Amino acid sequence: MDIIGAQLVNSISYGLLLFVITCGLSLVFGILGVLNLAHGSLYMIGAYVSYSITVHSGQNFWLALIIAPLAVAVCSLIIEMILLRPTYQLGHLSQVLLTFGLAYVIHDMTAAIWGSDVLSIPLPQSLSGTVTLFNQAFPVYRLAVIAIGLILAGLLWFIQEKTRWGAIIRAGLSDKEMICALGVNIQLVFTVVFFIGGYLAGFGGVIAAPILGLYPSMEFQTLILALVVLVIGGLGSIAGTFVASLTIGIVETFCRFLVPELSLFVVFGLMAVVLIVKPNGLLGRQVVKH
Amino acid sequence: MKKKLFLIMLVVFLAVLSACGNSAIQSTSKKEEGGSKSGGTIKIGVLLPDSGVYASLGKHLHKGMELYFDSIDWKIGSKKIEIIKEDSEADPQVALRKARKLIDQDKVDILTGTVSTAVAYAIRDEVDKKKIPFLVSHAGGNDLTRSKRSDYIWRSSFSSWQIGNSLGEWAFHNVGKTMYIAAADYAFGREVSEAFKEAYTAAGGKIVGEVYPPLGNNDYSSYLTTIKNAKAEAVYAFFAGSDAVRFVQQYDQFGLKEDKKLIGSGWLVSEDVRKSQGNAGVGTISSIFWDYSIKTEENRQFKEAFEKKYNERPTIEALEGYDAAKIIAEALTTLDGDASDPDKVVEAISNVEFISPRGPIKFDKETHHVIQNMYIIETKLVNGQTENEVIEIIEEVRDPGK
Repeated sequence: MDIIGAQLVNSISYGLLLFVITCGLSLVFGILGVLNLAHGSLYMIGAYVSYSITVHSGQNFWLALIIAPLAVAVCSLIIEMILLRPTYQLGHLSQVLLTFGLAYVIHDMTAAIWGSDVLSIPLPQSLSGTVTLFNQAFPVYRLAVIAIGLILAGLLWFIQEKTRWGAIIRAGLSDKEMICALGVNIQLVFTVVFFIGGYLAGFGGVIAAPILGLYPSMEFQTLILALVVLVIGGLGSIAGTFVASLTIGIVETFCRFLVPELSLFVVFGLMAVVLIVKPNGLLGRQVVKH
Repeated sequence: MKKKLFLIMLVVFLAVLSACGNSAIQSTSKKEEGGSKSGGTIKIGVLLPDSGVYASLGKHLHKGMELYFDSIDWKIGSKKIEIIKEDSEADPQVALRKARKLIDQDKVDILTGTVSTAVAYAIRDEVDKKKIPFLVSHAGGNDLTRSKRSDYIWRSSFSSWQIGNSLGEWAFHNVGKTMYIAAADYAFGREVSEAFKEAYTAAGGKIVGEVYPPLGNNDYSSYLTTIKNAKAEAVYAFFAGSDAVRFVQQYDQFGLKEDKKLIGSGWLVSEDVRKSQGNAGVGTISSIFWDYSIKTEENRQFKEAFEKKYNERPTIEALEGYDAAKIIAEALTTLDGDASDPDKVVEAISNVEFISPRGPIKFDKETHHVIQNMYIIETKLVNGQTENEVIEIIEEVRDPGK
């Protein structure tokens, strides 16, 4: 019985890590209808910047946690204003092409700056211990990730559903022209959301770095996972992303435990099943075409 | 109209980008277009990954080769050595195309390289048919010097069997009688653990369980919980690169190190990953054919020269590149730099024998595979950072060839 409990903790911690990584992408795609394939790259920049900060600040993880996401948010702000803005009228294809191209550019740039060796960020001292649950030692950091994921999910849900800002964003999603007519500067809304999306990508990068490590092409691995979460959860729904992350965490962890041979494609199998049964995702709503 | 214009601009932009990428990679290969075989230069085609997951291994192999050729001034007798690099992208199909380009267009005399075994298998028939001497400087798949053996293929690096087998018996006597196996799920990981299992069970050990996480797996927590609950005294692991960093770190974080000793192949705690692992690797026992800590005069000189030129420690791939370059140079020296007859070149390669930084090496003329020492190393904490230390040497390990 202990081992089931322990695997459950593993599942939740892995699932919420996925949520922390994916929520930025979900926010930007769900709300702006912009499929940002450079999301993984923003995540990677967050991880590498936080690496540089920890190296130069005497392993100060907290400093990195504050600065790196902001740096990434500024990057994504620049991307939005200069590159993405002209593509809003052009539809998904050009955005996909553009952001995917951008992902390659960023890939080569980070390789040029940080090299191709595997790097990692040491755990902050206060979170490097272990806690015994179900007769098994768990790194405190894993439990902290659970807490961070829950707080983030609560916060995003609250903003989206309960505040004026959230109302404007949701209204913008369902009818852009109408919200413009009501006197809301939708351009500004888009920019702000993209900024937050970038911030969350960078935040995910810092949080995941001590667990997943830093290496070239980490962004594409992450991007694929994030897209799977997005598809399973449904577009435009933070709650969907949350449920999907947890589902993937649980399914993948228990699959690795019970039938490890299948673990490579169980996630994609799950995605296929969800697409057949609920084409809009678990909690998705119909995305309005802009 | 505006849309069209933008799309065109985008296409142009992408075209420019891809052109940049290409020229950067091939710039070294444009020298002496269409030159004929031999003449005043010896052309060595080097097929290594400059991009993709193996990029860093390819980079170190290049560095090692260049270090050796520097030391002989890029000359063999009166002939100049020219290296023609191609990026294999660690993709068998791309690599086959690049190999054909090297052989047909650049007319290289000798081919060396390949990190991925799949790439080596993919170009095997091509070099065999066209009689191009091919010195394998990394790819370790057993079959390359077994069922896929060719007169023109020689391997100076290692075989999966040598890596796995060398630790089996030793682990039974010195580590524990029951073992759990965890290895990355790809041909190399499977071959190494197979070889380990064979030697370990032959000595009397018992394998309690096995698990093969996919290559590039990001979270090992679930596997570690399973392993933790298994009744094994120790864990034999095969992981490399980013997998090795994550596995060793998480193994430590989940508290497995206290009750199960971690042993494995040398890549688990090799020079390029240990720094990123922090202290997690301390106490790990592994087997490998070269380590930074080998205390011989040859290794000291190699390390010194490498650190002087590149200002960083050599990795095992750098050593492989260095040795491959030296084998080619020594073989061609006996032919006075005449590389025109491939049969004479492979004959000369087969006779090469010297003391490498990894110890004495020579070729098994039957299998075309290198005979070398294997080292059992332990990772220790020295002045706050991890260092490996050789604790046992297994001399002249010869791959059985079948």
